[in-house]
Amino acid sequence: MILMNDISKTYIIGGEQVHALKNANLHIGRGEFVSIVGPSGSGKSTLMNIIGCLDAADSGEYILDGLPIGNYSQKQLAGIRSRKIGFVFQGFNLLAKMTAEENVELPLIYQGVKLSERKARVSRALSKVGLSDRSRHRPAELSGGQQQRVAIARALAADPAILLADEPTGNLDSKTGMEIMKLFLELHQNGNTIVLITHDSSIAKLAERRISILDGHVEDAV
Amino acid sequence: MSIQVLKMAWSAIASNKMRSFLTMLGIIIGVIAVVVLVSLVTGASDSITGEIQALGTNLLSVRVLDDNGHPVTLSDLKRFGKENEIGLIAPSLSFGATVKHRSETYEADAVGTTGQYDDIRGIKVKHGRFLKAADINNNSSVVVIGHEIAEELYGKSETVGETLSIGGRSFLIVGVLEESGSMISNDDQTVYLPYTVASRMVKRPNITAFVASPATDDIDSAEEKLNQLLMRQFRQDEDSFILINQSALMDTMNSVTGTLKLLLGGIAAISLMVGGIGIMNIMLVSVTERTREIGIRKAIGATRGNILMQFLVEALMVSLIGGVIGLMISWGILEVISSVAGEKVSFSMSPQVIGLALGFSLMIGVAFGLYPANKASKLHPVEALRYE
Repeated sequence: MILMNDISKTYIIGGEQVHALKNANLHIGRGEFVSIVGPSGSGKSTLMNIIGCLDAADSGEYILDGLPIGNYSQKQLAGIRSRKIGFVFQGFNLLAKMTAEENVELPLIYQGVKLSERKARVSRALSKVGLSDRSRHRPAELSGGQQQRVAIARALAADPAILLADEPTGNLDSKTGMEIMKLFLELHQNGNTIVLITHDSSIAKLAERRISILDGHVEDAV
Repeated sequence: MSIQVLKMAWSAIASNKMRSFLTMLGIIIGVIAVVVLVSLVTGASDSITGEIQALGTNLLSVRVLDDNGHPVTLSDLKRFGKENEIGLIAPSLSFGATVKHRSETYEADAVGTTGQYDDIRGIKVKHGRFLKAADINNNSSVVVIGHEIAEELYGKSETVGETLSIGGRSFLIVGVLEESGSMISNDDQTVYLPYTVASRMVKRPNITAFVASPATDDIDSAEEKLNQLLMRQFRQDEDSFILINQSALMDTMNSVTGTLKLLLGGIAAISLMVGGIGIMNIMLVSVTERTREIGIRKAIGATRGNILMQFLVEALMVSLIGGVIGLMISWGILEVISSVAGEKVSFSMSPQVIGLALGFSLMIGVAFGLYPANKASKLHPVEALRYE
């Protein structure tokens, strides 16, 4: 599903070169639940951005679901993001002015899905995360855990190849965090490929497989 | 997708009503300025050209300044009138006269002329008749009076058969003119009497002014012919007379009002432009404020084109709504001005002005919305998501 060979990424911050990723190698198969663990500054955000096609690597080879990502234009990358990747962020990143339903619907609009099918997929996604009864609420009217569920529903609605979660429990208390993790485990049981990025090893160990990242080096402990 | 873009733009505008309204205000004021000014100039110039038309555009008028010992007489006019290019011709001897009826007096303009004058000038008789050749030949003491004189002296317009006196001489009213209502001609306050009678009353034996109409629609060749005749009459001295072509006057008037329209419209367009800059300003602020939103949208699959369209449609919607509100207010303002100005002048919005205003506000929306929209679309998703 995800294959990375010798991926490197260098940023220039304040005139100094920062090697965020150095020759990273990674292999994640279909249906796996993998956690990527590392302290802050280890390059895990950069790795997530590259996996999520939000950013392009400087060198190396990245194949996502059989597609070599490299020479794509911004427009094509947006298309790949919309079809292949479902993002779940630490800060939920829901649009505050829209209801839960509308937030979940948005990626489908960008995919050009027809209205009737959109409605069906939105309600299916919301029922998967157990929020069918909250579909008309705005994010401000929902608890943190509920907001994150909406975000997960939004990621699921587009039927992505992988779910990419960046510290999904970081803004939640531990009890709610565990509920979200349970949801991820459930989704994994149903066949979704999930990549979870976190600095919290107690969360990370719930995954099938752990990959550590430190100072830009990826240690793929198979 | 397109409906969704409209919905998104509308919800963005509706979510910040005060700001949207203030932004629109620039466009509203600009559109009002353009529409009202252009409509006012159009209305005013239409009424002025209407007045000139009422005087007769097919009219040549001549004033003799210095006859050089070769005075123009009625028989000269008759001779001029026989030329192929010239149609009707009539003297016009104007003087001020105090018109009396019993104890009532009226300060009128008096014109001594002949029977063709009403046709040349397009004057319409309401009651009775205009002057006739026989009146002139017989030095008859008859007058045709303007509508206002009849109303002032007799309190009614049907006054044919009544008598009045001018300079101690008694006249029989043979005709009353229709009310012209004109602001620049004084037909309503004029009394017309036979040229021969007037000439003797004011002791001016020679013709000092006359009017003529062309035989065909070709007024320019009539003007040329008349000019030739007068040059011969006055021994090639071009300073001894003035020949005015009314249709040339009309052309000049039209070009003046055209220039005025362009000038005022141009000045008003500048205010519309300022409104556009307001839109750009707010859209730039809005792009910065919504950086995170843009990042989220991009992360979940929005292309640059999607983001560009979203912000562009928003700018367009603001300018177009502003344009429509501006048009409605302009309509109200013009209605009020029209009702105050009375029925002589009508200030209405022409479809062209409406089209111009809407087209212009759309153009402003695109021109000033494009830069912020493009800026939004170019934001890098990673940096946009990190933006607090």
